[in-house]
Amino acid sequence: MTAALVTKSKRPALSAGGLMKTRELGIILALAILVIFTAVNHPRFLSGQSIRDILLNTAILAVMAAGQAVVVITRNIDLSVGSVLGLSAFTVATMMSTNPDLPMIAALLVGLAVGAVAGLINGVLVRYGRVPALVVTLGTLYMFRGITYSWAGGQQVNADELPRHFLRFANASVLGVPWLVLIAVVVVGGVSVLMRNYRVGRELYAMGSSPQAAELAGIRVARNLLGAFLLSGALAGLAGVLFAARFGTVDASAGNGYELTVVAAVVVGGVAVFGGSGTVWGAGLGALLLTVIGSALAVLDINQFWQQAIVGALILFAICADRLVAVRIARSLRKRDSHV
Amino acid sequence: MSEVRRRLASWDSIIIALTVLVLVVASVGVPNFGTSRNFTFLVLDLMPIVLVALPMTFIIVTGEIDLSVASTLGLTSSLMGWFWNNGLSIETIIPLCVLVGAMLGAFNGFLVTGLGLPSLAVTIGTLALYRGLAFVVLGDGAVADFPWNYTGWVTGTIGGGAVPNVLILIVALALIFGVVLHATPFGRSLYAIGANAQAAHFSGIRVARTKFWLYVASGAIAGLVGVLWTLRYSSARADNGSGLELAVVAAVLLGGVSIFGGRGTLPGVLAGVVLLAALQNALRLQDVSGQALNIVTGALLVLSVLLPNVASSIRATWHRRRLRQAAAS
Amino acid sequence: MDALLEVRDVTKSFGAVAAVQGVSFALHAGEAHALVGENGAGKSTIVKMLAGVHRPDTGTLAVDGAEVDFAGPADAKAAGIAVIYQEPTLFPDLSVAENIAMGNQPLTRLRQIDRRAMNANAERLFTRLGVRIDPARPARGLSIADQQLVEIAKALSSEARVLVMDEPTAALSGVEVDRLFAVTRALRDEGAAIMFISHRFEEITALCQRVTIMRDGRHVCTEPVADLTVDDMIRRMVGRDLSALYPKQEATIGETVLEVEGLSREGVFRDVSFTVRAGEIVALAGLVGAGRSEVMQAVFGVDRYDSGSVRFLGRKLKPGSPRAAMAAGMGLVPEDRRQQGLVMELSIERNVTLPRSRALAKLGLLFGGVERREAASWTQQLQTRLGRLSDPVGTLSGGNQQKVVLAKWLATGPRLLIVDEPTRGIDVGTKAEVHRLLSTLAARGLAVVMVSSELPEVLGMADRIVVLREGHVAAQLTRAEATEESVMYAAMGQPS
Repeated sequence: MTAALVTKSKRPALSAGGLMKTRELGIILALAILVIFTAVNHPRFLSGQSIRDILLNTAILAVMAAGQAVVVITRNIDLSVGSVLGLSAFTVATMMSTNPDLPMIAALLVGLAVGAVAGLINGVLVRYGRVPALVVTLGTLYMFRGITYSWAGGQQVNADELPRHFLRFANASVLGVPWLVLIAVVVVGGVSVLMRNYRVGRELYAMGSSPQAAELAGIRVARNLLGAFLLSGALAGLAGVLFAARFGTVDASAGNGYELTVVAAVVVGGVAVFGGSGTVWGAGLGALLLTVIGSALAVLDINQFWQQAIVGALILFAICADRLVAVRIARSLRKRDSHV
Repeated sequence: MSEVRRRLASWDSIIIALTVLVLVVASVGVPNFGTSRNFTFLVLDLMPIVLVALPMTFIIVTGEIDLSVASTLGLTSSLMGWFWNNGLSIETIIPLCVLVGAMLGAFNGFLVTGLGLPSLAVTIGTLALYRGLAFVVLGDGAVADFPWNYTGWVTGTIGGGAVPNVLILIVALALIFGVVLHATPFGRSLYAIGANAQAAHFSGIRVARTKFWLYVASGAIAGLVGVLWTLRYSSARADNGSGLELAVVAAVLLGGVSIFGGRGTLPGVLAGVVLLAALQNALRLQDVSGQALNIVTGALLVLSVLLPNVASSIRATWHRRRLRQAAAS
Repeated sequence: MDALLEVRDVTKSFGAVAAVQGVSFALHAGEAHALVGENGAGKSTIVKMLAGVHRPDTGTLAVDGAEVDFAGPADAKAAGIAVIYQEPTLFPDLSVAENIAMGNQPLTRLRQIDRRAMNANAERLFTRLGVRIDPARPARGLSIADQQLVEIAKALSSEARVLVMDEPTAALSGVEVDRLFAVTRALRDEGAAIMFISHRFEEITALCQRVTIMRDGRHVCTEPVADLTVDDMIRRMVGRDLSALYPKQEATIGETVLEVEGLSREGVFRDVSFTVRAGEIVALAGLVGAGRSEVMQAVFGVDRYDSGSVRFLGRKLKPGSPRAAMAAGMGLVPEDRRQQGLVMELSIERNVTLPRSRALAKLGLLFGGVERREAASWTQQLQTRLGRLSDPVGTLSGGNQQKVVLAKWLATGPRLLIVDEPTRGIDVGTKAEVHRLLSTLAARGLAVVMVSSELPEVLGMADRIVVLREGHVAAQLTRAEATEESVMYAAMGQPS
């Protein structure tokens, strides 16, 4: 009997790393089933162009999801990302249309900077103002959007006003990989490694897992929290540049309502809304899954209108599944404990 | 003395005073603001927010949230169009839509209280789900040919005067919700649940059941507003009320309700709604873009929580300094 | 001897409540120093000041003779102070090894965390403590004892010069306590200063050289442990003779009010049966974790039970419904006043009338200050010291908060009152008042079930004592049979 218990306790699902892996495995599995099913019915789904489109569509969402995941892991939320994207996209588009000679890197840096400032404002209000993140970022959602609107005053920047090298960036490739996708992969990968292997990343997990214990442990909560919001803002700013480059036409409503899609990607990707668990690359997978669902519906000729409903059902399914897994794990850990 | 000062300094009194101030200044300074015609529009514009804010206040007081309200509104609006196209009578459709709203709310309530899932995540999920279903039902088309006597009632005024018909509905519902929240055992239990659910449970309050019914009420009201919205614009569309949830939450928090639950008053919330609507209306009359008002909305929302916090930490610092000085002397 | 850490005349108050007033003592290298006092005496506040969580209002802390001002726990940690809190403060989502290493994880050359070294380090600490916990498992789901051991490993790993332990042994078994003491002595002999807080005097005499006694937030004395007997310590902690605290009145015992039969809940308690009669005070005694509160919470319906039955006034009580229990005439003054007994943010009057608001309403409405009148009458009867009834209940002192909880349940006119640790964390004067009140109520025919960890309280107040051990009834003793020895014997299940 003891032997049976020991083998059971060695199952990977019970160790911390194994648990996280199983969660992402679920998304990969869902993705695989969806892709295979769609491809069998419509082989063109796997054509180079189709894959390229899906990846391009995922890129912007994945960049924002990476930042959002970090904030959610600390048991906070950043609802302002859609507005930050809009502000950054409009800033950069205006700048590039009036100074067409500026290099692409300038656009990227300005976008990142605009986002970083916005994120810093959020972080300062949350930490030093002791205002809940939900309230702060709901407020700045309005404020940043309002600033963009009053600045734009109903005008928009059209593709023909933007320099060609800026617009080409969205479609240009390095070794066959589009820049947009490359940036998304680097961002998601980089932030994942930061969160997994570096002290500051583990401290962010700790802060979300138990805020009180994090204070008692002497973790520099203020610095880390500001960093998390700054990162989320900066990445939303970066996403704004990518948005402007990809779509060419930018008005003050760019990215309106995006915040909910980003939160959806993060939640579907297995990041718990109460913080402390989930991974950044899981959130990236969540973004990919949401995009693939959209494309698959189109290919399968299913009413496009189902997409949003499916996303909603998926979010509910994800949190129900997480809850069930959490209950099961807790039970098995307790059992194992009482037998040792 | 200090009780009076405390009451005067509470956020909901400040917001009520601010609202009155804005109304007075706008009536005097903004051309056409004080006209009866503008009053009618003002009331019609704030109707959806104020009605949805009533149950939302209850839910936030218990420490939960419902972000799916606008999608519930959209889905009932879609269904209203679909039912109408399928030949149901308007007298059947209206109660049916309220019922559907209640059922959508019950689904939220079940997920939150039955399965114990976090309400923020649940209602973001149903926000997408219900809005998606609204599009599934009606696509991106619109149904417009509702009977004029109903659409006319919603946009009309009492005896053709300045008071819109829907104001009766708003006042009646606000009174009911206000009395329930502030003068009944049920209302008392909501504050207890929000401030400390465990202590409420230990005092014999049925926490889960109470929350469940709040979600049902929230859904039912959202369904009713879906009907009113459809009739007001004479147009059933899947995207009706899109984004309204954030405006409602903003108004409720602006009115002094704590996002953590346990604190807030209905008069404060009503003032919050009127303040936002009046500002928007006045600025529009001044030809300022309504979207620019977002800056004010957002700033007020953050300030509504920030200022009390700043005040209390200043007080704490003073208190400590006084103690230190007393010890030194 | 050189003072490693000095506490100099510190004061700290929370709102109107002065938690610590003018306390001074010093911790020396190579010495274990005990801090004792009743619950609410201010020990935990001292611990939190040393940990950098609270800043003293006045007075200072000094390390190596130099004044320090901790802005937060990080500063205290940097000054070489490690704290083991009464309640474990782990990160449930992180692995055990990460919990131990948090803040000073071993790094590879790329400044990444070296997981292998981190796990090996945790393994080494556990070997030193003689326990077996998998370093790679998440902290979620660890038993309280294991969590406490991880906390101890955490403190050891930081190689602190000052180790503060706030009741570290409460959840540990005898063997684990012995090992902890061995490790602590080794640290002490290597030159660390230990501050040790415990309610178990045998542990204090076994480990510590000096003891500081606190009462009601004030410093009573600091003396070598060898110079004091246990009785001396208790007398100084309590500040008066014990007998005066328990004014037991004679009551006529009436009919049976509560019959608990074969009550079981998997893994918590099993086959618990006892009865309570009108006018009787029945005490539930036992060690922490014996399942006393859990049984009474199941009886009252705030928790569930798997099998068995609860009969109240001859009728079977609906399980899992506190509302049904209330309606039948039961009240529960819970163990955790702040989390279960009161809604701290709400006013005193709302708290008092919370279970009774339905009865107070006319036509479903609460108008015209009925709640205030009701609350005023009950708080006066219990001589509660308060400012205004509209003040948040959190502004009252612990003893007055407890009176508000009692008022809240007495206002419902109960036939049975369950009181769980009724005098925990309240001052001595109020303690006697609460005892007198319970005694008077019983004399008037109320049935009382009292859960208590304080033996003198149990022996002084109870007509009958039900002793629980590991979730089942180990003994039922009458007032005449009960002595400290007989109760402890039954609670521990071994010859004393």
